Amino acid sequence: MSFGSGLAKGLAVTFRAMTRRAVTQQYPENLPSLPPRTRGVIGLFEENCTVCMLCARECPDWCIYIDSHKETAPPAAPGGRERSRNVLDRFAIDFSLCMYCGICVEVCPFDALFWSPEFEYAETDIRELTHEREKLREWMWTVPEPPPLTEAAVEAKELTAARRAAERAAQEQEQEQGQEQGRDRPAGDETGESR
Amino acid sequence: MDLLDVTLRVVAVLVAFLVLPLLVGQAEHKVMAHMQGRVGPMHAGGFHGWAQLVADGVKFAQKEDTVPAGADRRIFQLAPAVALVPYCVVLVAIPLGPGGLVGQVIDAGVFFVLAVLGIGILGQLMGGWASNNKYSLLGGMRTAAQLMAYELPLILAAASVVMAAGTLSLTGILDGFQWWWVPWQLVGAFVFFTAGIAELHRPPFDAPIAPEEIVFGAFTEYSGLRFALFLLAEYAGIVVISALTAVLFFGGWHGPFPDQLGWLWMLLKTGALCFLVIWARVAWPRLRADQIQKFAWTVLVPLALAQIALTGVVKVVIS
Repeated sequence: MSFGSGLAKGLAVTFRAMTRRAVTQQYPENLPSLPPRTRGVIGLFEENCTVCMLCARECPDWCIYIDSHKETAPPAAPGGRERSRNVLDRFAIDFSLCMYCGICVEVCPFDALFWSPEFEYAETDIRELTHEREKLREWMWTVPEPPPLTEAAVEAKELTAARRAAERAAQEQEQEQGQEQGRDRPAGDETGESR
Repeated sequence: MDLLDVTLRVVAVLVAFLVLPLLVGQAEHKVMAHMQGRVGPMHAGGFHGWAQLVADGVKFAQKEDTVPAGADRRIFQLAPAVALVPYCVVLVAIPLGPGGLVGQVIDAGVFFVLAVLGIGILGQLMGGWASNNKYSLLGGMRTAAQLMAYELPLILAAASVVMAAGTLSLTGILDGFQWWWVPWQLVGAFVFFTAGIAELHRPPFDAPIAPEEIVFGAFTEYSGLRFALFLLAEYAGIVVISALTAVLFFGGWHGPFPDQLGWLWMLLKTGALCFLVIWARVAWPRLRADQIQKFAWTVLVPLALAQIALTGVVKVVIS
């Protein structure tokens, strides 16, 4: 490193940067294209929620509010036991407290919570940052499709299970067909069984 | 010289004084941004943020103009004017083109210009002393030390050109200018320009301001319009130092078609030197206060003396 080469390098680096295009994205004019799983806001898919309260209890700063009541349904068969289930009354997330750790999304066993890349929900009053279930459901529709797995990845367990079930059903069907050969075909109820 | 002529020249100098520093400021915004991979101001005024400095000026004008308790009130309020006005006065003597395209032809132009430039630094000293603030005082003291160190090479380098031209008049220097003066006086140009940057406290010589150490040096306690005047003085200083370097060392209005396009060559040379000032700010880190002193006394002063010796030898040989 000879004397003054650092100075020349500084000049060269800055001049080269000046000739290249700036990396700035002018935000309000150009919206950013955010990848899936971006931690923008949390959306709620209400139908999947069983009010198990896991998310509210795991939340490190207690920003999830859940109210529910129990409803009993008549027994499915006469003489059976009455079925009870929890009905969601309120699901709210206080985004002024939320620290976007995503533990609630991870911990939900029924896939009711999702990350959405939506981020434009600033308010002028901090109290208005507590968003109720209606708003959380609106955000649900902004959740992008998850990115495809890499080719080397292990197949999802649900897919494996579904594929095995389908194969088994196909085998059984073949066997039945083999047994039924030479006899009259029943009135075509097998096609309805196989999915 | 009738009244109309004088008024016209004064107004022209005033307009140049108000417009050129803003152009340099805007150029600094944009050049610095692009050198750092950004785009700089984009919204003020619509097209690429051209009105950013106007917006800044409006903002500064709206701010409260405070004077700290215990400050030397009169001196504190006077300091920005003392820092700013000399640069306006200097512009009067800088020729823009051939044939009297200059605010006022002054026979001892170089002497006048350098004397008045020194006063501008005095404004910062006044601000630093009168603020009743330790950071301001530190900044003021560093300013004083820097002024002491860099005034000498500045004057020596200018003296070399004066020797070469045989006149103290800025217009006279330009009239006698030959192209081979540029390589002949190149070392002097380097010394003059560097010392000029140091006098303005521009990076890498901005230890007297040094926001990371002493808040904002002598300007710490200033707010509102007075602070804006200090900033304007900095950019006016860039214009003046660049213009002076162009006139003394790079032939000012000399170029193709000097009679028609002389003003353009002068502005282009000044602009290129202003770009160098901005570039240095982006590319180089700040020197420590002691490194600044060392650079002045062990590099610039010997170089300036060597330049004077060279000028003298060549002058004797060719005459």
